[in-house]
Amino acid sequence: MLRKSSTLTAALTALVGGLASALAAPAAHAAWALNMPPGVTAMSQRIYGLHMTIFWWCVAIAIAVFGVMIYSLVKFRRSVGAVPDSTLVHSTKVEIIWTVIPVIILVIMAVPAARTLIQLEDTSNTELTVKITAYQWKWQYDYLDQGVSYFSTLARDSDAARQLESGTDVFTVPHYLLNVDHPFVVPVGTKVRLLLTAQDVIHAWWVPDLAVKKDAIPGFVNEAWFEIQADKPGLYRGQCAELCGRDHGFMPIVVDARSKEDFAAWIKAQAAEQKQASTALTRSAG
Amino acid sequence: MSIKSDTHDSNTYYIPHGSPWPIVGSVALFVLMWGAVLFLNEWASAWAFLPGALILAFMFFGWFATVINENEAGLFNLQVDKSFRMGMMWFIISEVMFFAAFFGALFYARVLSVPWIAGAGTKIFNPLLLWQGYNPGWPTNGPAKVGGFEDGSFSIIPAFGLPAINTMILLTSGVTITIAHHALRAGKRNILTIFLAATFLLGFLFVGLQAEEYGEAYKELGLKLSTGIYGSTFFMLTGFHGLHVTIGAIMLLIIWLRVVRGHFTPGRHFGFEAVAWYWHFVDVVWLGLFVFVYWI
Amino acid sequence: MAEHAHTAHAGVTHGADHDAHHGPAHGFIQRWVMGTNHKDIGTLYLIFACVMFFIGGTMAMIIRLELFKPGLQFVDPMFFNSMTSMHALVMIFGAVMPAWVGLANWMIPLQVGAPDMALPRMNNFSFWLLPFAFTLLLGTLFIPSGAPAGGWTLYPPLSLQGGDSFPMAIFAIHLMGASSIMGAINVIVTLMNMRAPGMTLLRMPMFCWTWLITAYLLILVMPVLAGAVTMLLTDHFFGTSFFSAAGGGDPVMYQHIFWFFGHPEVYILILPAFGIVSEIIPTFARKPLFGYETMVYATASIGFLSFIVWAHHMFTVGMPLAGQMFFMLTTMLIAVPTGVKVFNWTATMWKGSMTFEPPMLFAIAFLFLFSIGGFSGLMLAIVPADFQYQDTYFVVAHFHYVLVPGSIFGIMGGVYYWLPKWTGNMYNQALAKWHFWLSAIFVNVLFFPQHFLGLAGMPRRIPDYATQFADWNLVSSIGGFGFGLVQLLFPLCIWQCVRGGERATDKVWESAHGLEWELPSPAPYHSWETAPSMPVIAHGASH
Ligand code: HEA
Ligand code: HEA
Ligand code: CUA
Ligand SMILES: [Cu+2]
Repeated sequence: MLRKSSTLTAALTALVGGLASALAAPAAHAAWALNMPPGVTAMSQRIYGLHMTIFWWCVAIAIAVFGVMIYSLVKFRRSVGAVPDSTLVHSTKVEIIWTVIPVIILVIMAVPAARTLIQLEDTSNTELTVKITAYQWKWQYDYLDQGVSYFSTLARDSDAARQLESGTDVFTVPHYLLNVDHPFVVPVGTKVRLLLTAQDVIHAWWVPDLAVKKDAIPGFVNEAWFEIQADKPGLYRGQCAELCGRDHGFMPIVVDARSKEDFAAWIKAQAAEQKQASTALTRSAG
Repeated sequence: MSIKSDTHDSNTYYIPHGSPWPIVGSVALFVLMWGAVLFLNEWASAWAFLPGALILAFMFFGWFATVINENEAGLFNLQVDKSFRMGMMWFIISEVMFFAAFFGALFYARVLSVPWIAGAGTKIFNPLLLWQGYNPGWPTNGPAKVGGFEDGSFSIIPAFGLPAINTMILLTSGVTITIAHHALRAGKRNILTIFLAATFLLGFLFVGLQAEEYGEAYKELGLKLSTGIYGSTFFMLTGFHGLHVTIGAIMLLIIWLRVVRGHFTPGRHFGFEAVAWYWHFVDVVWLGLFVFVYWI
Repeated sequence: MAEHAHTAHAGVTHGADHDAHHGPAHGFIQRWVMGTNHKDIGTLYLIFACVMFFIGGTMAMIIRLELFKPGLQFVDPMFFNSMTSMHALVMIFGAVMPAWVGLANWMIPLQVGAPDMALPRMNNFSFWLLPFAFTLLLGTLFIPSGAPAGGWTLYPPLSLQGGDSFPMAIFAIHLMGASSIMGAINVIVTLMNMRAPGMTLLRMPMFCWTWLITAYLLILVMPVLAGAVTMLLTDHFFGTSFFSAAGGGDPVMYQHIFWFFGHPEVYILILPAFGIVSEIIPTFARKPLFGYETMVYATASIGFLSFIVWAHHMFTVGMPLAGQMFFMLTTMLIAVPTGVKVFNWTATMWKGSMTFEPPMLFAIAFLFLFSIGGFSGLMLAIVPADFQYQDTYFVVAHFHYVLVPGSIFGIMGGVYYWLPKWTGNMYNQALAKWHFWLSAIFVNVLFFPQHFLGLAGMPRRIPDYATQFADWNLVSSIGGFGFGLVQLLFPLCIWQCVRGGERATDKVWESAHGLEWELPSPAPYHSWETAPSMPVIAHGASH
C-alpha cells in the first residue's frame, strides 16, 4: 500500500532527483529512443518496413487533413473578416471522393500487411524446436529433441535493486530488469520454432529484435518462429507482454544468439551435463 | 401521492414527480449484492441474501402498485403507453443479448475450443505436448475429465425424454396465452381467466419438471455444474432460462390476479402484453436450448 | 420564453401537487433523491462523473508517480496493478459513461422538444445504481486482499486469482451494466417516442443521433459483459470450466466475449463526443454542418462495424490466419466512416467565419488529437505491426489520445457549450481558455512520449522499467502532473458560473441553432410542456 506519511516528501525528492538524473543521463543507455528497432531477422525488418510505411502514410494523410484544417483556421476566421458561405452544406461529389480515396489508401496498406502476415504464420521447415513454458514469474526452455531443459529468471542484481526501498541506484545495475540468470541460447541462421504454453496464467513471450510476440496460454500450445540472420549473433532482450500478476514486470527474456558451431557445442555440453545430473539423481535415489 | 382528477387529460404526457421506489430499488440491489459477496467470500451464510431479497420484493411490490394505480386512474395516455411498450421491447432485447453470451460460449466450445484442445487446425501440438489421448466430441468434460463421477464419466439427458415434454409444455403455454390475449381483446373475461391460469400453471409445471431433471442429473447421471464445459454450458443456459421462466410465471400469476380483479380493457392492456411478450421470449430461448443444448 | 403554440398532441401531466408545477419539488430528498426531473438527474450524473474523474485521475497520478523514474519508489507492484485496473474502470464506467448519460439527460429533451425523458422514474433508478456500484468497486481498496489487480479487462485465469475483491468487482460491474442499459433504454424511447411533432428523425441534432446509435450499442453489448463476468464468477466459485482447457473451455473464449463488448464500448465512449463536436463547430463557424445526412450514415456505419472488429485486441493469442486477416480488414475499414466525419467537420469550417470561444477550442483540439489517436489505431490494426505494438505503451498512447483529448475534451467542450444554458450565467471565458490551453499542451506532453516508449519496447502494466525508458517516462509524468493540476480549473470555472456571472442571453452563442436555444437561459425547470410549434422547430433546425 501507499505509505501516506512519506509520499509527499518522497514525491518531491523524486521530482528533483529525477530531473537531475535525467539531465545527467549516463550515455550508457539508449536514451530518448523514438522508434522501434529494425531487429535482426528478415521478418522483423519486414515488419519494421511495414511499420514505417503505414507511419508515413499516416503522416501524409495528417499533413493533408491538418493542412486543410490549419488553412481554414487561419483564413476563415471572423477576425480577418471572413464571411460564412452558408450554401456550402452538401456535395455528393466530394463526399464520394473522400470516401473512395481512403479506401484506396487502405487497400494499398492492406496488401503488404496481408503478405507479411501469411509469411509470419508459415511455421514449416523449422530446424530446431523449443518448448517454452511460462510460470508466474519465470520462463522454462525445453529443447525437445536434445533433451535440454532449464529455467530462466530475473538476474539477482536486478531483483535485489527492484525491491521497494532497496536503496540501490538502478542506473548502476547492468541491464536493469532486462537480464536473466540463464539466457535462451539459439543458433543464428536457423529457423527456430517456439511452442509456447503456460502453467498458471496467460503470459506473452516478446523479443522486439525478433519481432516475435505470442501469448503463452495455459492448456494450449501456440506456435511462433524466428530466424536470426547469420551475421547477427548477440544478446537480444525482451519482456513478458501480458499482465500476469504481481511480478509481470519482472520476468524478462534474454536470447543469446550464437553461431551454429558454438550453439552445437553448447547444446552438446548441456545435454551431457543434464544427463549426468539426472542419472546421478536416479542413482542416489535408488 | 395524490392524483387530482382534473389532471388526466388524454392529451398530456404523464410525468411522475418524486418517487421513493428507485432509491429503494438501488438500496435493495446493493444489499442483495453485498449479501452475495458476504456469502461467496464465506463471511456469512446464505442468510445474507435475505435482507436484499426482501427489500427488492418490497420495491417491486410498491413500484408496480404505484404504476398500476396510476394506470387505473387513467393517467397514462397513448403516448405513455407507447413508451412503456418500447421500454419493454428493448429490455427484452437486452435479455436476448445476455443469453447470446452464453450461447456464444456454447458454440465457441463446441466448434472451436474442444477440437483445438484435441489438435484441430494449427493446434496440432496441443495433444502432443499437453493433452495426450484426448478424444474430442460432444458432450465432453474436457481432457482432464473435470467433474462427473469419480472416474470422470457422466451421462446426459436425452432430448426426447423430459426435455421434449417440456418443449410441448412451453409451446402449449405459448398457445394458451395467445388464446387468453384474443379473449381479452374480445372482452371474453371467462376464457381469459381460464387460459391465463392455464399458462402460468404450465409455466410452474415446466419449472417443476426442470427441477426434477436437475435432481436426476446430479444424482444419477454425474452431470453437474462442474462437469467440464458440457456441465457449465448446460446448467448455465438451462439455469438462467429456468430462472426467467420462474420470473415469467410469477408475472403471469400477478397479471392473472389483476384480471380476476377486473383490470385491463380490450383496448388498453399494456401490462398483459408486456408479460405475454416476455413469455414468448422465454419460449423462443427454450427452443434454442432444446435444439442446441439437448438435441444436436 | 419563446412563444410556442399549443399543439393538440403533447402536453404534460405531473403527478404531484400542482403548486410545484413550475419549480422543483420542495425538500432536498424529494428533489435530489426521489426526483424525476431530467435536468436534476442530468446534474446528478454530471456531478457524479466529475467526482469519478478526479478519483480515477488521482489513481493515474499514483501510476505516473511510480513511473516517474525507474526503480520501485512508492508502491507495491500489486497495488500498482490495482491502480491501473481501477483507474481504467473508474474512468470508463464512472467518469465518461455517466457524463454522457448526464449530458443526454440534460440536452435530449431540450433538443427534441420533449417535456422530460420518457421514463422518468427509471431515469432516477439508473442514476442511483451508480453510487452503490462504485461503493462496491471502490470499497475493494479498503479490504485486506486489495482491489482487483488483473487489468480492467479482467482476463482469466489471472482475474480468477483475485481475492475477496473479486466478487465485489463483478457485482459492481453488474450494477453498472444494469444502470447503463436502463439509461440507454430511456434515451431510445425518448428519441423514438417523445420528439415534438415535426421533429422528424432527420431533423434531429447530431448529438441526438450519435446518442441514439450509442444507446443501441449499449443495449446490445452491456448484457454480454454481464454474461462474461458471470462466467468468471461461476468459474471461480462454482467450478464451471468456461475458461479452463482442462474442462474443455478456453481462456481465450473470455477474451472474445469481453471484446465483443469491449470494442463497441470504446465507440460508446466516443460517439456522443462526435455529436457534440458536430454541434459546436457549426455554431462557431457560423455555417450549417456539412453533409448532415452523411454524418448520420457514417455514425451508423461505425456502430455496425464496431461489432465485427473485436478480435483486433487479441492478435497475439494465436488465432487462425483467416481470423486475423478478417479482423485486420474490418478494423481498417472503420477508418473510412470516421474519416468521412473528420472531413465533414473540416468542410464545415471551410469558408466559415470562425471565432474561438472555449467550446470551439476544445472541438478543434478534438479534431487534431482524436485524429492522431485514430492514426495510431489504424497502425495497431495492421496485424504484423501489432505484434510489435501489442501490450506496449504505444497502445496506451493510442487509447489515451482517443479517450482524453477525444472523449474527455468532448465532454468538456459540451459542458462549456451548454453551461450558460443550464445556469443562465456566462462563465469566465478567460479562465476556461486557460483551462483549455494548459490542458491541450500538457495532454501532449503526457501522452505523446508514450508512443516512443511503446515503440522502444516498454510493456504496459508494469510498475518499474529498464533504464533506457527513463527519459520519456519522466517527461510523461511531468505532463501528467501538469494535466492533472490544470483540471482543477474545470470545476472552479463551473462553480463560479453556477454562483453568478454575466447574464447569458437565450441564444448564448450568436449563431447557435437548435431547439435548446429557443428556450430561456437558464432553461426553465419544466421545459417544452407543450411541444414547440413547427415554426419554432424550423427556426431551430440547423440544416
Ligand atoms: C474512444 C475510444 C477508442 C476509439 C475511438 C478507438 C478507435 C480505434 N482503435 Fe482503439 N482502443 C481503445 C479505444 C479506442 N479506439 C482502447 C481503450 C484500447 C485498449 C484496450 C486495452 O487493451 O486496454 C484500444 C486498442 C486498440 C487496438 C488493440 C491494440 C492492441 O492491444 O494490440 C486496436 C487494433 O486494431 C485499435 C484500433 C483502433 C482503430 C482502427 C480505431 C479507429 O476507429 C480509428 C479511426 C480514425 C482515424 C483513422 C482517424 C481519422 C480518419 C481520417 C483522417 C481519414 C483518413 C485516414 C485513413 C485512410 C488512414 N485500438
Ligand atoms: C476515459 C478513460 C481514461 C482517462 C480519462 C484516462 C486518463 C489518464 N490516464 Fe489512463 N487508462 C485508461 C483510461 C483512461 N485514462 C485505460 C482504459 C487504461 C488501461 C488500464 C489497463 O491496462 O487495464 C489506462 C491506463 C493508464 C496508464 C498505463 C498504466 C499501466 O499500463 O500500468 C497510464 C500511465 O501513464 C495512464 C495515465 C493516465 C493519466 C495521467 C490520465 C489523465 O488524463 C488523468 C487526469 C486527471 C486527473 C489527474 C484528475 C484531476 C486532478 C486532481 C485529482 C488534482 C490533483 C492532481 C495532482 C496532484 C497532480 N492510464
Ligand atoms: Cu508473465 Cu507477464
Ligand atoms: Cu477495439
